Amino acid sequence: MTDIAATPSAFHAHEDDHAHDADHKPGFFARWFMSTNHKDIGTLYLIFAITAGIIGGAVSGLMRAELMHPGIQYLQTWASYHNAIVGGGPATMDEAYHLWNVLITCHGLIMVFFMVMPAMMGGFGNWFIPLMIGAPDMAFPRMNNISFWLLIPAFVLLLGSTFFPGGTGLGPGTGWTIYAPLATSGSAGPSVDLVILSIHLAGVSSILGAINIITTIFNMRAPGMTIHKMPLFAWATLVTAFMLLLALPVLAAALTMLLTDRNFGTAFFDPAGGGDPVLYQHLFWFFGHPEVYIMILPGFGMISHIVSTFSKKPVFGYLGMAYAMVAIATVGFIVWAHHMFTTGMSVNVKMYFTAATMVIAVPTGIKIFSWIATMWGGSLTFKTPMVWALGFIFMFTVGGVTGVVLANGGIDDYMHDTYYVVAHFHYVLSLGAVFSLFAGFYYWFPKMSGRMYNELLGQLHFWTFFVGVNVLFFPMHFLGIEGMPRRIPDYTPAYSGWNEMASTGYMIMAGSMIFFFINLFWSLAAGRKAEGNPWGEGATTLEWTLPSPPPYHQFTTLPRID
Amino acid sequence: MTDLTVRNRRSAIAAAVLVVGMLGLGYASVPLYRLFCQVTGFQGTTQRAAAAPATSAVSTRMVRVRFDSNTAPNLPWEFKPERETDDIAIGARDMAFFVARNTSSHEVTGTATFNVSPSTAGKYFTKIQCFCFTQQTLKPGETVRMPVIFFVDPKILDDRDADDIQEITLSYTFFPVDPAKAGS
Repeated sequence: MTDIAATPSAFHAHEDDHAHDADHKPGFFARWFMSTNHKDIGTLYLIFAITAGIIGGAVSGLMRAELMHPGIQYLQTWASYHNAIVGGGPATMDEAYHLWNVLITCHGLIMVFFMVMPAMMGGFGNWFIPLMIGAPDMAFPRMNNISFWLLIPAFVLLLGSTFFPGGTGLGPGTGWTIYAPLATSGSAGPSVDLVILSIHLAGVSSILGAINIITTIFNMRAPGMTIHKMPLFAWATLVTAFMLLLALPVLAAALTMLLTDRNFGTAFFDPAGGGDPVLYQHLFWFFGHPEVYIMILPGFGMISHIVSTFSKKPVFGYLGMAYAMVAIATVGFIVWAHHMFTTGMSVNVKMYFTAATMVIAVPTGIKIFSWIATMWGGSLTFKTPMVWALGFIFMFTVGGVTGVVLANGGIDDYMHDTYYVVAHFHYVLSLGAVFSLFAGFYYWFPKMSGRMYNELLGQLHFWTFFVGVNVLFFPMHFLGIEGMPRRIPDYTPAYSGWNEMASTGYMIMAGSMIFFFINLFWSLAAGRKAEGNPWGEGATTLEWTLPSPPPYHQFTTLPRID
Repeated sequence: MTDLTVRNRRSAIAAAVLVVGMLGLGYASVPLYRLFCQVTGFQGTTQRAAAAPATSAVSTRMVRVRFDSNTAPNLPWEFKPERETDDIAIGARDMAFFVARNTSSHEVTGTATFNVSPSTAGKYFTKIQCFCFTQQTLKPGETVRMPVIFFVDPKILDDRDADDIQEITLSYTFFPVDPAKAGS
């Protein structure tokens, strides 16, 4: 039984029907549960990411409902329901506050590890790296399968952890950073252990995926495709994969130390035994800062292709674009302590981390200006992927500017842990990474499904989403400047105006997703058949030379690049 | 095709080595961080010396040293400095006493963690002898006077970032020694 995936019969059940057909597919179970095909695994990743996105988005909806008005409206009721699921009684106020911490923890972890990362690297990476570099599949198709299926138990562990005691109440109330000592002596019960194991599994999944991507890109490019002729999306995923290899093991080490501190009496982060909780913060952010570039770099790659396609011009400054990503990744590893300005640092250390952080604005600026230069003098068409890409460039720049503000050690003393920080990282992620994911989804949807999406619904989705997220997140800048702390469910009535506006923005954003899902299901069922290259002369990468959807096995004769 | 398999395997092994290396670096960071703090006085880590500098090095600049004492909630001790502050000349040796009393009815062993604030002063605050270097065991109801001998290194006079330091707080926190955690 253990070797079932290797049994030829599982894959060749209908061999007599379609012998030697490139489009021959195995039966349903073998195709989707034992998949070794990069396109099918990519599809599984995308379905997984959309599912996780719905759950993570619903959690933020709960938070915006509670935050819409000052005082505690719903938390205690929700906490009682939460208790009732595991047979507990009515919730105390402390348990209600704990539930808040559980909500912020889950929203953060789900969106980072189970939505953005699987969609970027697992979904689009799997689908389009082999197609773009002219390879028949990934280098290690079976390892690809393991990468995906490790995510399922990881996600189950995370969701399951919310039903186990986590100290003050049910679930992990640590924040996505899982800082000691809150996550050690402050969180009795198995909940945080389950979260640690969940992140371990998700980390192993990402590391295996990264090894696969690096090997594929290094060894399986089509003849003639030198590394300097490779599409920018492949560049972006290559750089991201290296960041994963360097960053995730450090997180794994830190989490393992946390686990042994919790369960086996070590004292890595416990001052009573000679440890230091600040060391955990250093280790976490040594991973955590590269992680934010891991989430955005593949998006940079997609935006380059989309802007180029809909400007009918090759991307401006190809080499500069590629090496800007390398520079961002490199500098991204030596700026981590700007997340820790308030932990007590000398002026010199603060100056270094301030300056180093600001240096990242230079390669990022190269990318922004190169995208604008790509459009300059181009023949622009504003199809749905292009408007998402333009929205990305605009909104990511706003998030980048507030990032430069926060990079200042002195200003951060005031801004630290306020809603200004929340506004900043949602502009680069929720309006940056997520916009690039939608841009990529609309751009490649015809290629992946073989059907065109509905342009009107796509435009409606973009404009309502764009208005919604800006109404949702822009007021958070003002709240932060006024001093509203993050991670707190209650606030003084002085903050109620902007909070009500932000929650209204959430509703607009959530409503816009209706257009997305109608479009998705309608297009899959009845969308117009898409030709191999629906975007015309601007789309020059190899995936557009194949029919839509591409055959089950492509490039049996390798394409030759001049 | 076999050529590709070999190259793929080689790439994957190189990548895996990188992963294992970073994992090792993650663990190596624990002793490295301790060493880094000791060398640079990062996070207000104090320095150690065998003797005070020669009397000729003593400066006329004075600094006030404030003593702070804490105990972990699960340690049944009273722990107080004898004096709140000492005004000392930079470079001069000083001795301060802390008093600890075991308020419980059983023998308790404790160990103290320590640092100074502002953290810039960690590099210059030098201890010659301290009760915090070893564990302390107190019998039920026993009271002990514990000395700490220290000086502020005259090199602080050359550090522009330390020009504004008029007061240094020396802080101790006593934790119970848990036999299970003694080994780590």
